[in-house]
Amino acid sequence: MIPELGHFALIIAFSIALVQGIFPMIGAHKGISGWVAMAKPAALAQFLFVSIAFGLLAYAFQTNDFSVAYIANNSNSALPAVYRFAAIWGGHEGSLLLWMLMLTGWGAAVAVFSDRLPPEMVARVLSVMGLIAIGFMLFILFTSNPFDRLPVPPMDGRDLNPLLQDPGLVIHPPMLYMGYVGFSVAFAFALAALIGGRLDGAWARWSRPWTVVAWSFLTIGIVLGSWWAYYELGWGGWWFWDPVENASFMPWLMGTALIHSLAVAEKRSVFKSWTVLLAIFCFSLSLLGTFLVRSGVLTSVHAFATDPTRGVFILGFLAVVVGGSLMIYAWRAPQVKSTGTFELFSRETILLANNILLVVACISVLLGTLYPLLIDALEMGKISVGPPYFNSVFVPIMIPLAFLMVLGPMVRWKGDSIMNLVRTLRVVFITALIIALLAPWLLYGETAPLAVLGTFIGVWVVLGTFLEMYHRVRNKVNIWQGLKNLPRSYYGMVIAHLGMAVVIIGITLTSHFSDERDLRMYPGDQKELGGYLFTFEGVHQQEGPNYTASVGVIRISKDGKEVTSLDAAKRTYRVQTMPMTEAGIDSNLFRDLYVAIGDSLGDGSWAVRLYYKPYIFWLWLGGFMMGIGGILAASDRRYRIARRIKQDAPEQASTAVA
Amino acid sequence: MNPKQRNRLILITVIIVCVGIAATLAGIALKENINLFYNPTQIAAGEAPKDASFRVGGLVVEGSVRRNPGDLKVTFELTDGAEQVTVHYEGILPDLFREGQGIIAQGRMNAEGHVNASEVLAKHDETYMPPEVQDALDKAGNIEDAAAPGTSNKPAKGY
Repeated sequence: MIPELGHFALIIAFSIALVQGIFPMIGAHKGISGWVAMAKPAALAQFLFVSIAFGLLAYAFQTNDFSVAYIANNSNSALPAVYRFAAIWGGHEGSLLLWMLMLTGWGAAVAVFSDRLPPEMVARVLSVMGLIAIGFMLFILFTSNPFDRLPVPPMDGRDLNPLLQDPGLVIHPPMLYMGYVGFSVAFAFALAALIGGRLDGAWARWSRPWTVVAWSFLTIGIVLGSWWAYYELGWGGWWFWDPVENASFMPWLMGTALIHSLAVAEKRSVFKSWTVLLAIFCFSLSLLGTFLVRSGVLTSVHAFATDPTRGVFILGFLAVVVGGSLMIYAWRAPQVKSTGTFELFSRETILLANNILLVVACISVLLGTLYPLLIDALEMGKISVGPPYFNSVFVPIMIPLAFLMVLGPMVRWKGDSIMNLVRTLRVVFITALIIALLAPWLLYGETAPLAVLGTFIGVWVVLGTFLEMYHRVRNKVNIWQGLKNLPRSYYGMVIAHLGMAVVIIGITLTSHFSDERDLRMYPGDQKELGGYLFTFEGVHQQEGPNYTASVGVIRISKDGKEVTSLDAAKRTYRVQTMPMTEAGIDSNLFRDLYVAIGDSLGDGSWAVRLYYKPYIFWLWLGGFMMGIGGILAASDRRYRIARRIKQDAPEQASTAVA
Repeated sequence: MNPKQRNRLILITVIIVCVGIAATLAGIALKENINLFYNPTQIAAGEAPKDASFRVGGLVVEGSVRRNPGDLKVTFELTDGAEQVTVHYEGILPDLFREGQGIIAQGRMNAEGHVNASEVLAKHDETYMPPEVQDALDKAGNIEDAAAPGTSNKPAKGY
C-alpha cells in the first residue's frame, strides 16, 4: 500500500508541474493575474507531494519492504539504518527522486523568498522550473519508477553496493545535487528575464544570491566526493579526472565564471547577454552530467544502470532544454543593450579574462571527457584520455587565473592605471617569490620548479588579498571599525579566494612531497617514510554487521615516540561477496599518514600500502572555505535591502530593455 | 574608429589569440595522451604500438596469477577467448582483481611481447564487465564460456 501511495504522490506532483509550467507563463504574457498567482502555490504543492513520495520511499526502506524492486536491489535487512536511509539515493531511480526533491525544494524556496520580486518575474521563473520538472517527472514515471513492485518478493535484498556504505555517501550526493539542481534557478532567472525582456541590473541582483548558494553547495559536494574517494577507494588519490568527476567539475567551472560575470552584470550593466549564455551553459552542463552519469555511457561507481531508453530520454531532454533555451536566446538577446562602458585596463576586463579562462578550462575538460565517447560512437576504436592530458591543459590555464585573483578586487571599475597597480603589488610579488623559493627548501630540503611556482601562486593570492583588504580600510580613522563595516559579501569573496589559495598550496605540496610505497611486509617489518617509522603488527579477523574483515594493525612512531596505531581493513561484504579496502588514516593540518592493506601473499606476508601525504588536509579545508565564503556572500544584507527598495518603487526597476 | 570600438577590437583580438593558443595546446596534449585499447588477439597479431602506452583488456586466465616471492611483482595472463597476452605488474592489485574477472591493464610492450603494466583497473562491481572487454569477448565469439566465472557466486538477478 505504502509504495502505491508514493507512486500516486508522484503522479499528483507531475500534474501540478504541468499547471506550474504552463499557466503562470501564459498568465505573465497575457497579463492574467489569476494565472500569475498560481505559480507560488503550485511550486509549494509540488514540493509537498515530492516530499511525501520521498518520505514514503524512506519509510519503505526502513521497514525492509523487499517487494519494491528498487529496495530489493539496493538494501538488505542487515544493512544499518543510516545506510538504509542513504540507500534511497544509492541507485538510479532513487537518485532521480532526490534530484526531483531538490528541484522542487529550490522552487519552493524561490516561492517563499521572492516576496519583493515583481509577480510576473516570479511566475516566469517558477514556470521555467515547472517545465524542467515536467521533463524529469516523465523520466521517473515512465522509465525509472522507484516504487515498482516485484511479482515475487525475495526473502532479503541484494544489499547496497559496499563502496557506498560509508558516511561520505550519506552527505556527498545531496550536496552535489543541491548544487547541480540549484543552477536550474540561475537558468530559470535567465530565461525568465529573456522572455520578459527585463535583462537589467536588477535581474542580476535577484539571480546572484541563488547562483552563489548553488555554487557553494556544488563546491562542498565536489570536495566531499574527493575526500570520499581519498579514504574509501583505498589508493590515496583525491582526483582522478574520472568522467564522472568531470561531470560535476564542468558545471562548477562554468558556475564560477557565472558568479563572476553576474557581479559585472549587476554593478556595471555590461556582459548581460554573455551572463545569460553562461547561465544556460551552466545548467546544460548539469544536465549533461546527469546524462553522462545516469545513461550508462560511462561506467563507474556512479553509473547504476545501463538501460538505453533512459540514456535516449535524457539525451532528448538535454536537446530540448539546450536547443529551446538557445532559441529563446537568439530571439531575445539582440535586444539587450550594454549601458556601461569601460577602459581596456579595468575590473571589467579582468573579470572578462577570468570568464574566458574558466570557460576555456571547462571546454578543455569537456573535450577530454567526450572525445572517447565520440570516437567510440563513430566506431573509430576505443580510447581513453588519461590524467596527463587534463593536467597538462588544466594547470597552465589555472596559473594566470590565480594570478588575476589578486588583480580583480584591486583594479577599479571602468578604468585604472597599470603603473599604480604595479607599484602597489611589487612588494607582494617579491615577498611571495622569496617565500616560494624558501618554503619548499626549508620544509623538505629540496626545491622543484613546479613546487616553487605553485607555492608562489598560493602565497601571492594570500598576500594580495590581505593587502587589498588593508587598502579598503587604511584611510579609516579606526581600522577595526572599518573592517567591521566591510560588507559580508566582501568577506565571502575574501574567504573564497583565500580558500582557493589554500587549495593551490595543498595540491602543490602534496603532489611534490608525498612519499608513497607499496610493500610486501611480514608481521614485525618496519619502514621509514617522511620521518615516521611504520611497524606492521600483523592481521586479525573482525566481524561487522554485514561484513567480515581482515584488519591489519600498523603502529607508527616518530623519534622513538608512539604517534598512533592505525587499522587498515579489507572487508568482504556477505551479500555481494565484494572485497573493500578501508584505509587507516591519521590526519592533521600538516600531514596525513595513510595505510591500507592489499592481498595476503600466502607465506604470512601481506601487500601493504604506506603513504606519507603532507598538506593534503588543505585541499578539503580550502574547498570548505570556498563553499562557506559563497554562503556568507549570499547572505549579505544588501540582497534583502535591495528587495525592499524594489517593493517601495516597483517602477524604478522596470527599465525594460525590450 | 572611436576609442570604444578600438578597445573592443583589442579585447577580441587578444581573446582570439589566447583561445587559439589554448586550443592548440589542448590538441597537442590530447594527441599525446590518448591511450588506444587493444584486445589480446590484436596484440598477438602485433597491432599494438611498440613505443607508446596503450590499454589491454580481457579476462584473467584461471590459475595464471603468479606472484614473485619477496616483492610485489606479479604476472598473469589475459584472454579474450581466442588469444592470450602476458602482463607483468608490480604493486597492489585492485580489490576486485581476481581470476576469471574482466580487467584492463595500461602499460607498454616489452621485448618479449609481454605487457609491462603501470596500472591495473578492475571496476567497482563484481558483475561489471568493462565494455571494452565485453566487446573484445564478443569479437572473439566466446562469450558464454568466458563470462561465466565472474557471475557464479551471485544470486540470480530475476529472483
